[in-house]
Amino acid sequence: MATFVVNGKRETVNAEPDTPLLWVLRENLGLTGTKFGCGIAQCGACTVHLDGQPLRSCVTPIAAVEGRNVVTIEGLSARGGLHPVQQAWIAEDVPQCGYCQSGQVMSAAALLARTPAPTDKEIDAAMSGNICRCGTYQRIRAAIHLAATLAKGGTR
Amino acid sequence: MKTLVTRRLFLKGGLAVGAGLVIGLRLPTGRSPLEAAQQGRIFEPNAWIRIDREGMVTIINGQSEMGQGILTSMPMVVADELEADWTKVKVEQAPADPAYNNPRRQAQFTNSSASIRDHIEVWRRAGAAAKEMLIAAAAKEWGAPVSECYAEQGTVIHRPSGRKLNYGELAEKAAALPVPQNPKLKTPDQFKFIGKKVSRLDTSDKVTGRAVFGIDVKVPGALVATVQRCPVFGGKVASFDATRAKAVRGVRHVVQISSGIVVVADSYWAARRGREALQINWDYGPNASQNSAAITRTYADLAKQPAPVARGEGDVANALQKAPRILEAVYEVPFLAHATMEPMNCTAHVRPDGCDVWAPTQSQTGAQQAAMRITGLPREKVRVHTTLLGGGFGRRGQTDFVEDAVETSKAVGAPVKVIWSREDDMQHDFYRPATYNLLQAALDSQGIPIGWLHRIVGPSIMVWQGQALQNGIDRHMIPGAADLPYAIPNLQVEYRYKEVGVPLGFWRSVGESQNAFITESFMDELAHAAGKDPYEYRRMLLGKSPRHRGVLELAATKAGWGTPLPSGRHRGIAVAYSHGSWAAQVAEVSVSPEGSVRVHRVVCAVDCGLAVNPDQIRAQVEGSVVFGLTAALYGAITIENGRVQQSNFHDYPMLRMNEMPTVEVHIVPSAERPSGVGEAAVPQIAPAVVNAIFAATGKRIRRLPIRAEELKKS
Repeated sequence: MATFVVNGKRETVNAEPDTPLLWVLRENLGLTGTKFGCGIAQCGACTVHLDGQPLRSCVTPIAAVEGRNVVTIEGLSARGGLHPVQQAWIAEDVPQCGYCQSGQVMSAAALLARTPAPTDKEIDAAMSGNICRCGTYQRIRAAIHLAATLAKGGTR
Repeated sequence: MKTLVTRRLFLKGGLAVGAGLVIGLRLPTGRSPLEAAQQGRIFEPNAWIRIDREGMVTIINGQSEMGQGILTSMPMVVADELEADWTKVKVEQAPADPAYNNPRRQAQFTNSSASIRDHIEVWRRAGAAAKEMLIAAAAKEWGAPVSECYAEQGTVIHRPSGRKLNYGELAEKAAALPVPQNPKLKTPDQFKFIGKKVSRLDTSDKVTGRAVFGIDVKVPGALVATVQRCPVFGGKVASFDATRAKAVRGVRHVVQISSGIVVVADSYWAARRGREALQINWDYGPNASQNSAAITRTYADLAKQPAPVARGEGDVANALQKAPRILEAVYEVPFLAHATMEPMNCTAHVRPDGCDVWAPTQSQTGAQQAAMRITGLPREKVRVHTTLLGGGFGRRGQTDFVEDAVETSKAVGAPVKVIWSREDDMQHDFYRPATYNLLQAALDSQGIPIGWLHRIVGPSIMVWQGQALQNGIDRHMIPGAADLPYAIPNLQVEYRYKEVGVPLGFWRSVGESQNAFITESFMDELAHAAGKDPYEYRRMLLGKSPRHRGVLELAATKAGWGTPLPSGRHRGIAVAYSHGSWAAQVAEVSVSPEGSVRVHRVVCAVDCGLAVNPDQIRAQVEGSVVFGLTAALYGAITIENGRVQQSNFHDYPMLRMNEMPTVEVHIVPSAERPSGVGEAAVPQIAPAVVNAIFAATGKRIRRLPIRAEELKKS
């Protein structure tokens, strides 16, 4: 049994303590927006926020999130409307297959939360843990810059 | 493993327009008009269009969406001819049904960059036929001649009176009219969507977590399973003990299926834990001692002997004997995995009276036939639901992951989702073949090539796909080599088949992906040997290949070929045809003293005929550069003791954000019929980069991936 907060809602799940958070989110809670890519924290497809920090949920045992606050892609725009990162992703038509994009969006949102106007180098540092096999990196970079502008109340 | 759907050899030239197109203008089988009406299908003139009383247009797409944007470009094409109001268009995924077969091959699939190029006429005719019916219905209503009526943005207008009826109002009446078999198509100047930037319809779902990929399918009561396969290719289960596996909490069943031992549980984690507890004795079979070094030695020996000729012109032996200058080189490429971001998976529910399959598949027909074979059910009882695909690249045209799910569901009598781990996915792929290539060229006294011999030694994709070689030739192994576009009077391309026990399949851009690296690198060697500029040298030899030459010139111009670069940067160029289209790339590269390669900028020109959705063509080319560059810099699957040595992204790395070059895409304006764009720009990046490395260091890379130790300053 583990109890934690997911997207603002308190959840208690019955799972072995070593079960990765990823599978609890996907299978116990039905939150399938968070993806399984590698299982060893190499690709970033499973990125969620734990107490505001980006986290690879595929290697995080459920026991480690007891009592803590998890936000998934489904909860990123919970306050209504889309998060600036999501708006920018749509404006730049970033996704191709889209499988990695939940993780990309969560990493980008975490970056902008701590660095509101990131440089290209800061984007490299924050985003290089997220693999996109379709190769959308150029659009991701453009979308992060756009999201920074949108978050400040600007337009493109 | 056999697939019944065969991948077509690239075809140059026009589409055979004819009877095949009419076949498309029919409804999926098994749906009666009554059922259609009960389901609110008011006006359903063909397999692709449904219009309801509110004027909502549903466009049904039979192709798989794996990132290429077909869920947007397909409805664009239909809606354009239909004169639909884009704000009232939605797209729906078709079932597996012959109505959605590729008109040139009797199967429903998404491969060979064929969606637009093979279907566009059918889709246009579908939209145009529906529009004519709606116009006829309005004309009848008004008692006016059809010639006085026209359609625009979901409305039919009577020109003389200005009267209007929208498609919703006309749907029911149009449904009673005959379907025109030869509707009039638009001229390109009349296009509303084709040729314009149209935003993707699937983006919103893909940035909010709502998009449903195969792995996300939710079927009530479904169990989750994972398969332990023999680590050695071709190995089999000799015996197994499931006692400990079954003791794991949540494990429900452990059974043997064709691919190995499957552990079926309440959750993926329980299935994984159960699988780790399996005790299996394997019969490793004849491949148990296979390894990459031995494969290379075997190939190198075979390369000494002449091989079956795929293309022969003039007298190469004579040219090589008499020319004042001869060049010889050996080029090698490794096995490569597809590594789609979504690991292989499939969900199936087999019942005595029917079977449902939810699959991220590139082959609806293949998936359906596999399920029919396993269940013994007839086609109409096997429903294939195509989900979104988390990458395809050719991997998902196979049916092995579908077979896992159908066999398991049949065995345990419940719906089952089979999920592969990343390690399963990487170690049990259908790989791009490794080959060994001998090249010889004869130059005349001016440095002009008068002879070219290319001998490919390698395994066969066709054999692994259940097809027979033709006169010793595998037609998937030679593109990019046998269709060398340069004017060389004595030219011979040979292929020697040698099986090595590694499963092979189609990897994005297939033959060209490796052969263009070899031919475009060797062509660069010829240019340098001749003391000529590599761009001008190619240009001179492409007189009879205007579309090659066109993209080459455009890329060179846009890249500023010949103009100064920042210190340490050097350019390389390459051009190739693939899957219906032409592309050229110029790469700007620097090499550190330690031998590490940095690609700063890639300028790409592409000629894919009429550009249906230019922004998505750009997206495909950007992605193709990343795909090809990843392979050039890192890609290698190696074999030891009959097994793949790599297992995950730490030892089979992908290009990441910090290594991403700036990619510029230039589309050749064209009114030619649209051709493929998912694969066309993959082949050029490896040779462009390698040629730039030569310009930077004087060192010639002839074996992929590029290795820093070969480039280190000594």
